[in-house]
Amino acid sequence: MDWYKLMVIVIGALLVENFVLSKFLGICPFLGVSKKLSTALGMGGAVIFVMTIASGVTRLLYDCLLVPFGLGYLQTIAFILVIAALVQLVEVVLKRFVPPLYKALGIYLPLITTNCAVLGVALLNIEEGYNLLESVVYGFSGGLGFTLGLVLFAGVRERLEYCDIPKSFEGLPIALIAAALVSVSFFGFQGLIE
Amino acid sequence: MSVVKDGYKNLTKGIIKENPVFRLVLGTCPTLAITTSAENGIGMGIAATVVLIGSNAVISLLRKVIPDKVRIPAYITIIAGFVTIVQMLLKAYLPAIDKQLGIYIPLIVVNCIILARAEMFASKNGVIMSILDAIGMGIGFTLALLTLGTIREVLGNGTWFGMDITGGIFEPVLIMILPPGGFLAFGFVLSAINKFTSLKVEHKDCASCPMPCGASGKGEEVKL
Repeated sequence: MDWYKLMVIVIGALLVENFVLSKFLGICPFLGVSKKLSTALGMGGAVIFVMTIASGVTRLLYDCLLVPFGLGYLQTIAFILVIAALVQLVEVVLKRFVPPLYKALGIYLPLITTNCAVLGVALLNIEEGYNLLESVVYGFSGGLGFTLGLVLFAGVRERLEYCDIPKSFEGLPIALIAAALVSVSFFGFQGLIE
Repeated sequence: MSVVKDGYKNLTKGIIKENPVFRLVLGTCPTLAITTSAENGIGMGIAATVVLIGSNAVISLLRKVIPDKVRIPAYITIIAGFVTIVQMLLKAYLPAIDKQLGIYIPLIVVNCIILARAEMFASKNGVIMSILDAIGMGIGFTLALLTLGTIREVLGNGTWFGMDITGGIFEPVLIMILPPGGFLAFGFVLSAINKFTSLKVEHKDCASCPMPCGASGKGEEVKL
């Protein structure tokens, strides 16, 4: 096992090429659920969960089914349908076997199907040529990076509520500018890996 | 005559009055990610428009056949089909653009604009009106991407469509074509729209999106 490569994948997905702040995947929930810290954490947990499983499943699907039958060009259709079905399955399984986890993540799960971060990680795994283990690690750390960005931004945004903001900047514009500043701060990690 | 009038209204409403990016704040991921240059903005806009026209037309034709309960998966499959076609065409004829836009081309599948138009318009209206609606929305999306792409390319690189237009009056502000610049430019453009026009940005917290990404908590959960 190549620990060094795994380490590079984790740090890359978490800090250097953060999913929301530098790849712009999953901006809708990033702007939508970041008004409160607690909902940001719930959403983040659900995204980590689904991204990890989706990475593994789509990688297996691509290697074991699409490539042997020469259907690589169907990957977009296959992945989005598998992710949609997977989210439903995860919901049913959690509801039946792990009720506490379902209670914490349940309401966020159906919202994740069309989150671009989930489809994005599946496509990036194929593009980067990661093997199964690397894909799962990339999915997990990508989800973790998404949560990190979301939670940090929610913290900033909670403070913004009490600020005196020019009328035309109220609401979304000031949130976007705050997001730009959070994104700049992540630039400090740029030189961390080669 | 009222048909012509309706058609004209459906065609033009997406351009300014219901601009998907600046008024409804839909499809923010590609808006921020690929507007590093005006050329990329146009490329993405046209790709999304083609998908939108195709999916709106097919969904409108099939609107009486698709059962209500499985409509979202059906829409996603139709959209994914058109995205795959566009992806293959780009790979074959415009490989440079395809390389620039990268995974954001397949990600058109989960672009809320396309699902929202399918759910809100194509599933309720005839095929001609749906196509007009798609063209209008597509132009609105493309114009928004072009605007942001222009601002970011001119400020961040001193060029427009690759031509040097600032003539070295100022040092390019590199950060505008880096990720933070995307948030910054979008934020300032939205605030300028608030300030200088009577149009208010109505961020519906994605409530207009059929697959609410948890943005508002208002949208009802759609069971797949």
